[in-house]
Amino acid sequence: MREITYRQALNEALDEEMARDEKVFLMGEDIAIYGGAYGVTSGLLNKYGEERVRDTPISEAAIVGAGLGSALLGYRPVVEIMYIDFIGLCMDQLNNQVAKIRYMFGGKCTVPLTIRTEGGAGRTLGAHHSQSLEAWLMHIPGIKVVMPATPADAKGLLKSSIRDNNPVVFIEHKMLYNTKGFVPENEYLVPIGVADIKRTGNDVTVLTYSRMLLFSLKAAEILEKDGISVEVVDLRTLLPLDKTTIKNSVMKTNRVVIVEEDTKTAGAGAEIGMTVVEECFDYLDAPVKRVAGADVPMPKAPNLESLAIPSVETIVQGIMEVMK
Amino acid sequence: MYKPSKKEAQDMLQQMMEIRQFEDKIMDLLSKNIAEGGSHLYAGMEAIAVGVISSLNHDDYITSTHRGHGHAIAKDGDLNALMAEILGKKTGVCKGKGGSLHLADLNKGNLGANGIVGGGLGIATGAALALKMQKSSRIVVCFFGDGALNNGITHECMNMASLWKLPVIFLCENNLYAMSVCINRACSVKDLRKRADAYDMPSEIVDGMDVIAVKEAAIRWIDYVRKGNGPCFVVCNAYRYYGHSRSDPRVYRTKEEEKSYRDRDPIINFAQRCIKEGWLTEKEVREIEATVAKAIEEATDFAIKSPLPEPEELYTDLYV
Repeated sequence: MREITYRQALNEALDEEMARDEKVFLMGEDIAIYGGAYGVTSGLLNKYGEERVRDTPISEAAIVGAGLGSALLGYRPVVEIMYIDFIGLCMDQLNNQVAKIRYMFGGKCTVPLTIRTEGGAGRTLGAHHSQSLEAWLMHIPGIKVVMPATPADAKGLLKSSIRDNNPVVFIEHKMLYNTKGFVPENEYLVPIGVADIKRTGNDVTVLTYSRMLLFSLKAAEILEKDGISVEVVDLRTLLPLDKTTIKNSVMKTNRVVIVEEDTKTAGAGAEIGMTVVEECFDYLDAPVKRVAGADVPMPKAPNLESLAIPSVETIVQGIMEVMK
Repeated sequence: MYKPSKKEAQDMLQQMMEIRQFEDKIMDLLSKNIAEGGSHLYAGMEAIAVGVISSLNHDDYITSTHRGHGHAIAKDGDLNALMAEILGKKTGVCKGKGGSLHLADLNKGNLGANGIVGGGLGIATGAALALKMQKSSRIVVCFFGDGALNNGITHECMNMASLWKLPVIFLCENNLYAMSVCINRACSVKDLRKRADAYDMPSEIVDGMDVIAVKEAAIRWIDYVRKGNGPCFVVCNAYRYYGHSRSDPRVYRTKEEEKSYRDRDPIINFAQRCIKEGWLTEKEVREIEATVAKAIEEATDFAIKSPLPEPEELYTDLYV
């Protein structure tokens, strides 16, 4: 199998789905001539033309709103919100229109809309270009929230998102675009709502997603030398959560650490942790532990930025705590 | 000048009467606590919905507003299903899950009322984009109130639609008040056409109390948009007879002002004109009124007698 980057994998997913279905079109800021702020849509304008790869004005609400309108008329738009930090500008469209319209109309419409965005810290871009806002989105019934960590998952999940007849918010991570991984040459899909055990272990379960998967796998390697066997579950989809995989892992290891990059208070980990408590309390031998982002706006200074999110070291410490 | 055929005059008068009697009936049901929750009533503004929508083809689209009963009725709405929806009944057009603020019927080209001021503009722009990509000759009429003129998304959508020459009519129903705030206390421009100038769109201000004036303008602008010239902005000036919603004591406007608009009532005026011009006889007008009254009673009866949704419906229709 060949190795390609997360960026290339996403680009392939878009390319393949556009070739497969003429109803798929792309719309967003700087996605056409520029090829996307992080290069994900590079080359697609030349291949599919401006009608299907559409640069927009800086109008996030209209981008999502127009995505919705075209989806109601049978298109499969993939719209891009350049940074998840900008999602506040279209949150009414997402929360009040996109997510609710099918339910409000008694199931008489479908919204096959994919909203691609990216988030996360790591480039010292400061408070408006580094956030992890997935918890806001998990709180919205009616949408799905997907956060892939590996190139193979990114490709398979983006293809599934585009084919899904429900609205999907697909959150990439800016520090993953250049990471490489094995990606099958032939056609495949990764199902939404299914977690993946990226490393098996017996002593403790780490529940994580997106870039924190990479940190968690490193922490697991370090702890292996100390004789601690860590199972790392890549949740991949945050809404809906794969409760079955979570439960099966916790029943085996009896200990849970949640590793999340977003700010801790009312973050994604709060929901994940409470799910563990509700579903498998009787199997727990230690309190559920969160290793999460600091409750601060993302600072610019590189040392402070690193301190604001989990590191391999803080993950190791967190796991050690539940192993006491 | 536009002259309606007998059938057209009949249909327009009937629809306007349906809307008025529908709204009066809902006010009655609200006051008797038979209808619960809120309702933003369209009475006084009937000439706009009827004048515009009767000029569209049945397969054209509209987006509507929080004051959306009139649009839903005019866009081939089923009175029974609409009334049932407002009462939250299983037989409602949205199975009782939407209510007054979310009346929609995609099969009839109604992309929905909206609980958010300005909430329909994105949908309308996207629907128009889809129609343009399909190379369809169908168009979208995006209704919104004067309050939405000052929403961010309105500007985003007008710019985008004009930039891409999308087949959409931005139709502003100016009833002077965004809840309690008069337009001259909310809008930085007095001449609303300047808003369209900013996006290089043609525009017109129309007397929204006169269905013939609305119809004349609508026919012209629908033709303009259908020919691929891009969007336009049409302001219809009118007045809502009731308050913003059920609980509104209307302290922000005077009884004299209310009377001045009721004196120009769009339905009474149109009925008189139909008789004067010979489009309809007085007897025919009375017959239409009686037919409508019967239909509204039947719709009310249907809605009241309809069951509520089953408890299992709580979790259906969320995801496909």
